[in-house]
Amino acid sequence: MLRRSRPFDEGDRYVLDSFLNQFWPATVDGLSLGAIYSLVALGYTMVYGVLRLINFAHSEVFMIGTFAALLTVELTGITSPLGTVPLIAFVLLLALVAGLVSGGTAVALEFVAYRPLRRRGASRLAALISAIGASLFLQQLFALVVIPWMFDRPKEGGRLPVQSADFVEPVNLFSIGPIDIRSDKLIIFVGAILMMVALDMFVNRTKLGRGIRATAQDPETAVLMGVNIDRIVTATFMLGGAMAGVAAALYLMRFEETEYFVGFLLGIKAFTAAVLGGIGNLRGALAGGMVLGLIEMYGSAAFGSEWRDVIAFSVLVLVLMFRPTGILGESLQQARA
Amino acid sequence: MERLGTLRRNMMRVTGAVALSAVLALGASACGGDDGGAGGGDSVTIGFMGDLTGENSGIVIPPSKGAQMAIDEYNATNPKVKIVLKTYDSQGKGEQAVPLAKNAITKDKIVGLIGPAFSGESQQVAPVLEEGKIPSVSPSATNVKLGDNNWKYWHRIVADDDVQGSGIGEFIGATLKAKKVFVINDNSEYGKPLAEKLAQTVKNAGARVETESIDPEASDYAATVNKAKAFDPDAIFFGGYYAEGGKLIKQLREAGVDARFLSADGSLDPGLIKGAGGTNAEGSLVGCACLIDPTGTAGPKSKTFSDAYKKKFNADTAIYSAEGYDAATAFIEAIKAGNTTAEKINEFLKTVDVPGVSKQIKFGPNGEPTATDVYIYQAKGQALPLLGSSKTAKVEG
Repeated sequence: MLRRSRPFDEGDRYVLDSFLNQFWPATVDGLSLGAIYSLVALGYTMVYGVLRLINFAHSEVFMIGTFAALLTVELTGITSPLGTVPLIAFVLLLALVAGLVSGGTAVALEFVAYRPLRRRGASRLAALISAIGASLFLQQLFALVVIPWMFDRPKEGGRLPVQSADFVEPVNLFSIGPIDIRSDKLIIFVGAILMMVALDMFVNRTKLGRGIRATAQDPETAVLMGVNIDRIVTATFMLGGAMAGVAAALYLMRFEETEYFVGFLLGIKAFTAAVLGGIGNLRGALAGGMVLGLIEMYGSAAFGSEWRDVIAFSVLVLVLMFRPTGILGESLQQARA
Repeated sequence: MERLGTLRRNMMRVTGAVALSAVLALGASACGGDDGGAGGGDSVTIGFMGDLTGENSGIVIPPSKGAQMAIDEYNATNPKVKIVLKTYDSQGKGEQAVPLAKNAITKDKIVGLIGPAFSGESQQVAPVLEEGKIPSVSPSATNVKLGDNNWKYWHRIVADDDVQGSGIGEFIGATLKAKKVFVINDNSEYGKPLAEKLAQTVKNAGARVETESIDPEASDYAATVNKAKAFDPDAIFFGGYYAEGGKLIKQLREAGVDARFLSADGSLDPGLIKGAGGTNAEGSLVGCACLIDPTGTAGPKSKTFSDAYKKKFNADTAIYSAEGYDAATAFIEAIKAGNTTAEKINEFLKTVDVPGVSKQIKFGPNGEPTATDVYIYQAKGQALPLLGSSKTAKVEG
C-alpha cells in the first residue's frame, strides 16, 4: 500500500513488493485452488497405483461431474443465492450426485476402454492411447451432441460455456489480519480436506482398502491371496471418480459455469499435482495439489499471471530433478524397491 | 485438445463477438442470397466470403445480409449493369478460403469481393486477390497488421483494433474521467495489442495504469482479481472475448471490486452479461468500431437502414450488418460510375467518398477506412444497446 503514495508507472513494479502485497490473498486462493487439484489428483494417483495406468480420461470424469452438478441445480429450481448454512447442505447434495455420476462414469470407462485391453494382455501404451481416445471422444460427444441436446441449443452452441442459476453469493465470513476468509473458498478447502481424510481412512482401515493396497503392491500375489482384482479395479475407479465428482461440485459452486473442455487444463494440472506429490501416493496427491496451487498463485502475484504456468512447471521440473519420485515418494502406502 | 480451444479462439479473434443470440435467430436461414453464377449479358459478379455455416457464422451472416440488401436495392432501380452476389462459405478457415478465392477469380470472374470476414483468412486470401488484381472490401477484419502489407487491392470498412483501443481509451479519460485504470488482457493476438494501445492512450491522458493478464484456458482469475483489488481502480478494461470477460466480471464483483468494467468488440455479446451472472455486468461498457443500431439511436440514416433490414429479413440488424451494407455500397458506387472491370473498380475505390450507414465510405491509400468512429454500448438487463459515439456518449447509471 506504500507504493500508492508515489507516482506510478510501468517500470515501477517491484517483484518483491508486489509479492508481499499479494501474499495473504494469494495464500487463500492457492489453498482453495489446490484443494480442487488435490481431489482430482486422487483419481490419477489411485488408478496409477493399482493399474500402473495414467487415466487421461479422468479429466472428462470431472467434466461430466460438473454437468451433473449443474443439472442438479437446475432441477431443484433454485433461482436466488442461498445463505451460508443452506448452501453447505446444498453443496453436500451436489457432491453426492456429482460423486455418484462421476464414479459411475469412471467405472463405465474402465469397462469399455480399459478392461477389454487388460483381459487381452495389451501393453500399457495401448491402454494409454485408449485413455486419450476416450477423453477426446467424451469431450466432442458433449460439444456436439449432449450440450446442444441438454440445453436446447443449435449445434454451434455446444462449444459455448453453460451457466448455472445463481445459487452462491460469497460472503466474507471473517478476517484474520489482512486475510479475508470467504465462504465459498472455505467450503472448498474444508470439503476437500474432509473427503481426503475419509478416503485415506477408507484405504487404510477397511477390507476393500486393504485389497486396494495389496493390489497396488503386488497384483499377482494379491490374486494368490484371494483378492478379486476386477472388483478392486472397479472400486478404485469408483472412488477416484467420486473424488473428481466432489471436486466438480465444489468447482461449480465456485464458478457457477462449466463447458465441454473444462476438465482439460484442470486435468493436466491435477496430473501434475499427482506427479509432484509422488504418483501412487494418496497423501502425496494432497501435498502436490496444495503446493501446486500455492506456487501458481505466488508466481502470478510476483511476476504476473502470464507466468503462472511457467513458474509452476519450472518448480515441478526442479522437484523431480532432486526427488524423482515426487515430494512424498511413490507407492500407495508402502514403498517398493 | 488445447488446440481445439485455441483454434476456436483464433477463429473468433479477429472479429470479436460470436453472437449466440444471432446464431439462434439466424441459424435457420443461413444461406440467403446465393443466386448462382453470373446472369445475362449486362451484369457483373461480386463475391461475399466468410464463415456462413460454421460456428462463428453468427457474426458473418449479418454482414452478408447487409450486402445482399444493398445489391437488391441497387438491382431494383433497373440499372444498366446489374450485380449478381455470389457467396463463398470459407468456414472462416484460410485453407478453405484460398481455393474458393482462386475459383471465384478464374471460374466465376468476380470483379470484386466483399470479405473475407475474418483477419486470419484475409491474411491468406489477400495475396491471391493481389495476383488476380481483384479488389476486396472486408466488413469485419480488424487485425492491425493487415494494413501493413502494402496490398493494392485490399480494403476494409471497419476500423482496426488500434482505432478501437485509442477510441475507448480516450472515452475512459475524457468521459469517465478515470484516474486509475486497471488494464487486463487475455494474452491473445487480439486482446494483448488492443489492451496495450488502450493503456498507452489512458496513460497519455494522465491516468495511472496497472496492467495484468489472464490465461483464457483457466477459469480461476484470483491472482488478477487480487491485484485489481489492491490497486482499487476507477475503471477496469479487459481486452479479450466475452466468455472470459463474463467470468472476470463475476470474480471481480464477488471479491468486492465494483469499478466500472469496460471491454471491446470481442466482448460485444449478451454472453458477457450471462457469464457475469445476476446483475454483475449492469452498466458495463463495451466499445466497438462497428455500428449496431436497430432502434436508430445514431441517426435517421441508421433508422431507415434498420427498418428496411427488419422488413426484408424479419430480424434486427446485428453485428457488422451495416458494415456489410456499406462494403457493398462501395462496389455499387463504382459500378454506377461505369466501372465494370476489376482494375477500374479498384481505381474508383481509391476516390470513393459517399456517406454510408455506419460511416463515410472513404479509404486511405493503404485501404484503411478514413473514418475512425468508435461506438459505445452499455449493458442493460440482458442486452447491450448503443449509447452513442465514443466522442459524445453520455454514460447512464
